[in-house]
Amino acid sequence: MSTPSLPRLQHIVGSGIVAAVGIWVSYVSYTQQPSEAFLFPRLIATVFVVLALWTFAKACLGWTKVGNGISVRQFTNLLPGLLVSLIYIFWAAKAFGFYTATTVAFFILLSLYDPAPHTAVRSWLMRILITACFMVVMYGLFAQLLNVYTPREVFF
Amino acid sequence: MEFLFYMGDVFTPVNFVLLLIGTIGGLILGATPGLSPTMAVALLIPFTFQLEAAQGLILLGAAYTSTVAGGAVSAILLKIPGAPANIATTLDGHTMARKGEGAKALQLSFLASAVGGVFGVLLLIFLTPVLAQWALAFGPSHLFWLAILGVTVIGSLDSKSVVKGLLSGCIGLWLATIGFDDIMGAQRFIFHPALGGGINIIAALIGLFAIPQVITMFAKGRHNDGAEVIKVQKHPISGAFRVLMRSKRALGIGTAVGSVIGLIPGVGGQIAGLVAYDQSKKFSAEREKFGTGHAEGVIAAESANNAMVGPSLVPLLTLSIPGSPTAAVLLGGLLIHGIFPGSDLFDNHPDVAWTFINSMLIGQILMCIFGLYVAGLAARVAQVPQSVMAAVVLGLAVFGSYSVQSSMGDVYVMAALGVMMYFLERFGFSAAPLVLGLILGPIAEANFIQGSMIANATGGMAPYFLGGPLNIVLIVVVIASICYSGYMELRARRYTSKEEIMA
Repeated sequence: MSTPSLPRLQHIVGSGIVAAVGIWVSYVSYTQQPSEAFLFPRLIATVFVVLALWTFAKACLGWTKVGNGISVRQFTNLLPGLLVSLIYIFWAAKAFGFYTATTVAFFILLSLYDPAPHTAVRSWLMRILITACFMVVMYGLFAQLLNVYTPREVFF
Repeated sequence: MEFLFYMGDVFTPVNFVLLLIGTIGGLILGATPGLSPTMAVALLIPFTFQLEAAQGLILLGAAYTSTVAGGAVSAILLKIPGAPANIATTLDGHTMARKGEGAKALQLSFLASAVGGVFGVLLLIFLTPVLAQWALAFGPSHLFWLAILGVTVIGSLDSKSVVKGLLSGCIGLWLATIGFDDIMGAQRFIFHPALGGGINIIAALIGLFAIPQVITMFAKGRHNDGAEVIKVQKHPISGAFRVLMRSKRALGIGTAVGSVIGLIPGVGGQIAGLVAYDQSKKFSAEREKFGTGHAEGVIAAESANNAMVGPSLVPLLTLSIPGSPTAAVLLGGLLIHGIFPGSDLFDNHPDVAWTFINSMLIGQILMCIFGLYVAGLAARVAQVPQSVMAAVVLGLAVFGSYSVQSSMGDVYVMAALGVMMYFLERFGFSAAPLVLGLILGPIAEANFIQGSMIANATGGMAPYFLGGPLNIVLIVVVIASICYSGYMELRARRYTSKEEIMA
């Protein structure tokens, strides 16, 4: 028996998660009360679960033709950026204040993905300059122009 | 001719300045690879909160129009389409630029865009009120089927897989039910306090369109993406005019194809540009020149992708069905300003509706004027590394979604939906039907509930929802669009399999 190739396995896992969500939505829609509130969700959930199970079955049988999945290289490339972004959004923005957290996250992301060499002083100065310019524009737009009071918390 | 009555409103100082900002900003955003018109408009919505409805829509409409046209700059000078709608422009536009005719290609693209765009907006002006009057006859069951039609048409036509497109639509419809239901006040699918008020549409739009793009840029890693911009030599505008006048057939085909495709929900600018290019080639006396830097190729593609902008708003403003993903985002912009498109839009808010439509007409002309001058600057912006672009878009997405209701919950929803959409896209699901489901879900549910009450008091659910000529027509269109897309998908697969066997 041959081992499933990575995209096929990915398709099985991906469509399996969607199918699990579909089953959960159906279960909740048909069991929760008051039933009048779940009339429309029931209608959607029925179609949702049928299509999701169909997609899952196709993935298991290797019939999925659409979607390239994620290669290991793509995943390793995106992982640091994704982690920094998620930490920034779900924790740092609130804990440190929007502007401080955005400055740090922006600078880290720029440093992680900038093709300019990490050994040259000039490229670091450039990153600092771009970060500072961006934050000035963001502060001008949101704090001054739109009067959006973002969380300031520990820092700013 | 009611639109002429409101024409002066476009030229009030604030409105005109917003139109200028939207046009110039849109040109620059459009020329930036990775920033699609849909994403650009979604990111702009938070900036419209402090504006009046008409002013906000002027900004969004101008950005929509000029991002599509601005995409031609990077398509011609970098061979990177600024948006999917500009793919056909790269075929001849970039070759022209390589031959030292970059300025001519840019001038032709903006002139053709303006001609196509003006024609498209005129269609919008004359078709919308007629259809809006017709839509007055729609009851809850018809509106329910229209909402379902909007989701299924986009789901089946906009996706490579019909089943995955429809499944995306279902996910969107389900997401729309999260929160408290309007009639009983019952909690539905709330498993986190951030979801208590339901999913905010603007935060969702920003997340679904911006975050997958940011992660896609991350996935490319630290590669050197500084594409070489071809230098633009001076070229007299009169020469471009003469070429445009000689290419009436390509201009006519592009404008006609774009206008018709724009009216069909879900088909989009990418298909408009490619079909117009293909048809112009077939009807051209110099068809062998297509692909070798032929002006007609640029004219056909660019007139088509701008001609579809106006008509794509016809189903949106009359029936609440967005004709394109960007129109879906505009619908979000309308709703956030308390404007509900449909039969009574022109009766209740004629000033907003006509000022918005008129601004798109003037915007097309401004886009042409500024496009000819800003093209050089826009090309430089297109060189901005993807690392900077990813960080900028992430920052804008976070601040933009927070500013909707000053709520961290919206930021969490934005991020969660964005990350989910990135992974779903990798497995062949698309954002457009999901967004449509999310936007049209409340409309579908409200009309379904209202319809079921009427049905229970009359002859029952089946006769009410499945009977009557208009219901039957709508159901047939829903089924036909799904079957047609399924057939096209199977045909494309058979064609690919045959090509593989031949190879």
